[in-house]
Amino acid sequence: MDENEEVISTREMTLHMGPQHPSTHGVLHLVLDMQGEKIVKASPDIGYLHRGTEKIAENLLFTQFVPYTDRMDYMCAMTNNLAYVQAVEKLLGLELTERGKYVRVIAAELSRMAGHLVAVGAWGLDLGAMTVLLYAFREREKILDLFEMLCGSRMTLNYLRIGGVRYDITEAFKKKCLDFVLDFPQRVDEYERLITNNRVWLKRNKGVGVITADDAISLGLTGPSLRASGVKWDIRRDEPYLVYDRFDFVTPTGENGDCFDRYMVRVREMRESAGIVEQALKGLPEGPVNVDMPEIVPPPKKDVYKDMEALIHHFKYVSHGFKVPKGEVYSSIESPKGELGYYIISDGSEKPFRVKIRAPSFVNLQSLSHLCRDAYLADVIAIVSSLDPVFGEVDK
Amino acid sequence: MPEMATILEVLFIIFKVVVVTMILFSLPLPLTWMERKIAAHIQVRLGPFRVGPHGVLQPFADMMKLMFKEDIIPYKADKRLFRIAPIISMVPVLAAFAVVPFGNDITIPFLNEEVSLYIADMDVAILYILAITGIGVYGIIFGGWASNSKYALLGGIRSTAQMISYELPMSLAAIGVVMITNSLSLVNIVNAQQGWHWNIIYQPLGFFIFFIASLAEINRIPFDLPEDEGTLAAGYHVEYSAMRFSFFMLTEYVAMVLASVLAVLLFFGGWNGPGFLPSIVWFVVKVSVFIYFFMWIRFTLPRYRYDQLMTIGWKILLPLSLFNVLITGFFLI
Repeated sequence: MDENEEVISTREMTLHMGPQHPSTHGVLHLVLDMQGEKIVKASPDIGYLHRGTEKIAENLLFTQFVPYTDRMDYMCAMTNNLAYVQAVEKLLGLELTERGKYVRVIAAELSRMAGHLVAVGAWGLDLGAMTVLLYAFREREKILDLFEMLCGSRMTLNYLRIGGVRYDITEAFKKKCLDFVLDFPQRVDEYERLITNNRVWLKRNKGVGVITADDAISLGLTGPSLRASGVKWDIRRDEPYLVYDRFDFVTPTGENGDCFDRYMVRVREMRESAGIVEQALKGLPEGPVNVDMPEIVPPPKKDVYKDMEALIHHFKYVSHGFKVPKGEVYSSIESPKGELGYYIISDGSEKPFRVKIRAPSFVNLQSLSHLCRDAYLADVIAIVSSLDPVFGEVDK
Repeated sequence: MPEMATILEVLFIIFKVVVVTMILFSLPLPLTWMERKIAAHIQVRLGPFRVGPHGVLQPFADMMKLMFKEDIIPYKADKRLFRIAPIISMVPVLAAFAVVPFGNDITIPFLNEEVSLYIADMDVAILYILAITGIGVYGIIFGGWASNSKYALLGGIRSTAQMISYELPMSLAAIGVVMITNSLSLVNIVNAQQGWHWNIIYQPLGFFIFFIASLAEINRIPFDLPEDEGTLAAGYHVEYSAMRFSFFMLTEYVAMVLASVLAVLLFFGGWNGPGFLPSIVWFVVKVSVFIYFFMWIRFTLPRYRYDQLMTIGWKILLPLSLFNVLITGFFLI
């Protein structure tokens, strides 16, 4: 061989996918080692959206932290509110009113539907089926309208408060919400007609990103991604909180643990959520929505203007907050992404000593390297979509 | 001094070339508007609505914007290749229209002159079109290579493989038609389909293969892997901006028109249709239906993966197209 002649050999290529990339669901930065189009190694690099939420909590009154939780998983803010206020209530030893529990269930399940709609829609968009996204957002828009009726805002809701909810639900909301959930299954049928039996969709998702039940458990996967592997674990069913034990719903599971199963689990969960909201609306009890403890739940604003006692309570609530007994607590809920838990240490003051958030997106994301083994470049997109990470939550 | 008739003929040819080129250059304007409107109606929304009634002036606004944008050439790009790549990709598609017939001969009033509605009736028109559109892929490969970006490079590589594997079944599907009509000239092929003897009746499988392969040739969903927004951001033209980018877009639209035109000419009787409308109207109607069909598919299906695309090309379409040629041969004997 001539000395100047170079031996042409194939080399591994390192591709930096993200943080500015259309389908990494925010600011995920993936370092992909590739042999042609095959992935040799995929390592996620996170932290681009880190805001120090857990540290911020230490300098805020217990009540003041609720809006910050909205900005964690901003696709379904209600469930974040719920996880936090539930942990604080557990520390306080509060027992909610019946109506408050039902209203919370309605809010959380609507939020789950909104979150899954984004997950399925964005997934379709990433794999080229643009129409699914717009269909899904049509319904999400209706849910956001409902949220607007509920609390005035659409995305960062700040609706739940320690001891209850911010505003009671109205008759108009009840009617509109019932119309929506009765109509919703037909809308889900529409998405399913577009993609579920589509050959291209099946080819892109079946057998892609497979994870066995054992691996899923040891990697700490929760939520739809775990259930798709065949593990029937749903905190709503296995450790019921609020009034979930009174509703009739099934926990869908998959068999193969591939992307398609994760998709099917989400689609079926949306239908179940619509059923839960319907049951909750029909069984909604009368009565107060907040606990009757003026130091924790401030009196209504109109009383504050004319009632001296109410004014004092309101002033105390806003300026000092309330003391939470000393102790440690872990409380978790089934958020759309998985197990969302809050570990709170209180030193007996008005501010938490330490807050640790178990964010499901963060934990689920660590399975990415495992799932991407021997996948193609285009599969990485499907796998990321199937884990459905939200970066407000991953980076905290 | 040449004769008057010769001068007139040359003038007509020049006139025809100018008209066809102008039409092709301006076609993307209504087509982008149509595509956005069709997409919008499929996706239950309105689409462009601000500029002009129902947004019809939107393409002009977009064109103005593209013209005034800065033409960015990335640092460390192969500058010469980067500059000519859009041209290489655009010229062959336009050149392919030189042999495309649009309708029957028409007689111009006053001059009493018969005018044919094609620039050239080449004896090997099909071969010419297949060959020259094959050159167009160099534009995509060069564009991807010269950008010095990994996404663009991957787009270019994908495009190379895709073109090679789909040009074969496409050509073989066209051979079925050639065997039936005994001619490579598009005019003769259309004339052979007169009186409802459309080739689609004799070559349904051939049409099926031709249609799928042309979807891949013109980079439309479900085979739009060279651009693949989901994975490669925008693929081969990710680093392009301003008019150079719009050349790629123009190429894409003209290629889509060319694919529709070829499908109509080869399989759907060209401009043949019931006599109450002029032949060119029938031609335009049929081509529009195909263009609509391409757009409809784009907004309904997801896209394939790279290896699946190769599997379909080599393991399904190629054997099927060979089988089609074989069957056609049997019937002719």
